Amino acid sequence: MKKFAQLFEAIDSSTSTRAKTAALADYFTQADAKDASWAAWFLTGHRPRQAVPTRRMATWAAEAAGLPLWLFEESYDTVGDLAETITLILPPPTAQSDDPLSAWVEERLIPLREMGEIDQRARLESYWAELEGTQRFVFNKLITGNFRVGVSALLVVRAIAQAFGIDAKVIAHRLTGDWWPSEQQWRNLMDAATTETDRSNPYPFFLAHPLENGPETLGDRDQWLAEWKWDGIRAQLIRRGAATALWSRGDEPIAGQFPEIMADAQKLPDCVLDGEILAWKDGPPGSGTRGGRVMPFAALQKRLGRKNPGKKVMEDSPVIFLAFDLLEFAGEDWRERPLTVRRAKMADVIHAIPGGSRFDTASQVRAPTWETLALARAQSREQGTEGLMLKRLDSAYGVGRTKGAWWKWKIEPYTLDAVLIYAQKGHGKRASLYTDYTFGIWKEGELVPFAKAYSGLTDEEIREVDAFIRRNTIERFGPVRTVKPELVFELGFEGIQRSARHKSGIAVRFPRMLRMRKDKPIAEANTLGDALALARLGAP
Amino acid sequence: MLVTPTPRGLYCAAGGFYIDPWRPVERAVITHAHGDHARMGSNAYLAARPGLPVLQTRLGPDARIEGLAYGELRDVNGVKISLHPAGHVLGSAQVRIESGGEVWVVSGDYKLDPDPTCEPFEPVRCDTFITESTFGLPIYRWCTPDEIFAGVNAWWRANAAAGRASVVFAYAFGKAQRILASVDDSVGPIVVHGAVEALNRGYRESGVRLPATRMVGELGTREEFGGALVVAPPSAQSSPWMKRFGDYSDAFASGWMAVRGARRRRAVDRGFVLSDHADWASLNRAIEATGAARVFVTHGQATPLVQWLNERGVEAHTMKAEFEGEAGAEEAGA
Repeated sequence: MKKFAQLFEAIDSSTSTRAKTAALADYFTQADAKDASWAAWFLTGHRPRQAVPTRRMATWAAEAAGLPLWLFEESYDTVGDLAETITLILPPPTAQSDDPLSAWVEERLIPLREMGEIDQRARLESYWAELEGTQRFVFNKLITGNFRVGVSALLVVRAIAQAFGIDAKVIAHRLTGDWWPSEQQWRNLMDAATTETDRSNPYPFFLAHPLENGPETLGDRDQWLAEWKWDGIRAQLIRRGAATALWSRGDEPIAGQFPEIMADAQKLPDCVLDGEILAWKDGPPGSGTRGGRVMPFAALQKRLGRKNPGKKVMEDSPVIFLAFDLLEFAGEDWRERPLTVRRAKMADVIHAIPGGSRFDTASQVRAPTWETLALARAQSREQGTEGLMLKRLDSAYGVGRTKGAWWKWKIEPYTLDAVLIYAQKGHGKRASLYTDYTFGIWKEGELVPFAKAYSGLTDEEIREVDAFIRRNTIERFGPVRTVKPELVFELGFEGIQRSARHKSGIAVRFPRMLRMRKDKPIAEANTLGDALALARLGAP
Repeated sequence: MLVTPTPRGLYCAAGGFYIDPWRPVERAVITHAHGDHARMGSNAYLAARPGLPVLQTRLGPDARIEGLAYGELRDVNGVKISLHPAGHVLGSAQVRIESGGEVWVVSGDYKLDPDPTCEPFEPVRCDTFITESTFGLPIYRWCTPDEIFAGVNAWWRANAAAGRASVVFAYAFGKAQRILASVDDSVGPIVVHGAVEALNRGYRESGVRLPATRMVGELGTREEFGGALVVAPPSAQSSPWMKRFGDYSDAFASGWMAVRGARRRRAVDRGFVLSDHADWASLNRAIEATGAARVFVTHGQATPLVQWLNERGVEAHTMKAEFEGEAGAEEAGA
């Protein structure tokens, strides 16, 4: 545990990717197999089922520290992180432990879950008393199941690859999907000869970067494939012998939520497809995407997190799998082959499905020059898309966010000027600063809340707005402050539509702050009428 | 009410003076020379004598400042004033006010931990205590200065061994001198930013022992900075001034560093939890030691501290003051 806490400290205190990778590689080479396996499991974003309910932890920690619960909550409000709040308020440790990470997890943390409340409390208090600051924090984080540190899964993969001289793609593939830490798992990971035992694992998703400069900076148009950027759920369909699996980008199995896709997948030969799940209406199965039209993301949202959806939901939000890449065929990894080759194979596979299906191929946007492509992009909203994807025709299917081969060229967001009316403190890095804002727009002479936004400001702007909020608080409701309406912000968002669930009657997608409009008095902020007009524009 | 909050500052009507006013007034009693407590433009100032050299630089050469020794009694319009060490920075004082048999103490900023650059905090018995609450939450618990500086020394030594400079950002007045006076100066040379040296002069003039410091101009090449400890104000963090140090490790010294989010926001290699304010336990200890039947809480975490005191049977209220314990303190490196 001490070494894992030291690793955490090294990662947490550095902003340099090189230093983080070095710290990780160092840890993995020194740790024994079981510890390394657990560390990799946690660092790649896996979480154990929560062993102790958060509420109990808070109550017991407050009592152990001799504090009333309200004061614990006040502290939590400032710290912004439960595990850290508990760490800070508890008295310093009275003992220490040299047990390794695996022992802490397997012999202490996991058994907690099965214990009665009294035992749980006694154990937890004794564990807290054995752990100094960072160790205590890390342990609490592991319990609350929110162990996120400043490393991506990709960085962990790279560090392991670097430490043991194994290809990063192999490591990435082996660490994707469902696995449980053990000595054996770590040996398999390290073993160059091991074939994959879990046949349903997806490949790590290749991700696009936003295009910062004009597309002409990419060179000749004819080196690039352009396709619509759909706003759905990125997914990989795995078909390997008897195993069929569907994975989201968060490495979550989502097969249960889309039974109709899984049924049609049985008609596919052995292959792995990368694509987007979309809600699509008036496109009867078999007609392909050329008929019908994509539905707003909200329709797809009704299908999320709903295992074994009912008939009505499936009828109201019919889904398709729009494939845009093929990563594996007949058991062979195709990722190193050029995009054109993969696409051709993908088209063959899908068009060969007998009797049609919920699978279709993403069509290319054919505009032959960057200028005509820009015109096509301007039609994105009418198509129900977020813009264009540009992919180099000769590119391999990379790992994670490798830059250069895939770009997203999104359309400009919708914008509205809105007034800051409520504020709340942020979490994590932004705890103790007011960074979570609610914005209002005008409706019959009143400001009605219509969007929340947390991102888009520089650190300096955040400090400025934070200071403004503290000086201009009208009322406090628990953690929320009502702020004197004075600051106007230009908000950007990707989608806007009517919603009965929202007070303003409007729901927006991905709202964020584009800039402060110090030049604008609040009277000039937009109205609900303006927002409704935008919603009509975007509606099918 | 012997002291009331007014738009110009905390006001003692019986004596006709203000304590740390935020607008210009006729007579101001100053607890210490930090910018949010000592503001320019008032007609006459009264402050503790050890802090005068620094205070004069801060308020300008024309400011009329009268010094009072700690504990010395002064009668102002029939009100008895005396100043008592607050342990915050050089010359920091609590203001004791006595009138009609009633005693009030205004704490200014204070800490209870030992600090070689200033007189230790003196508990003063009173009926009403006006206290700060910058770190008035139980999440703030300081280590002893010995532990903290052992950490600073170890970090400096490790960097020196690797040929790197160690740059610590600390508020130029108070925190910087406390660091200078507390580190193990045998590790390597100590370099200070001009803003820090300007205050060092006032400290040395007041008889505070600081180790030998050098300005960047006195060392020539990058190699010479290798094993050095560099003390600079937070504003230097992303300035071109830093370029000369080549490969360096940086740290920020402040009580806010207790919280991970604040540390990460600072984007430095190390956060040393070093504060010139009282932590939660010290605030409680200081309040108890005054024996006050009533407590007013100013800047910082006033609301929770007031509720905590009330629940424990101490009459407490918030008092609005424009000291920057909360928003600005992070910048001031509290």
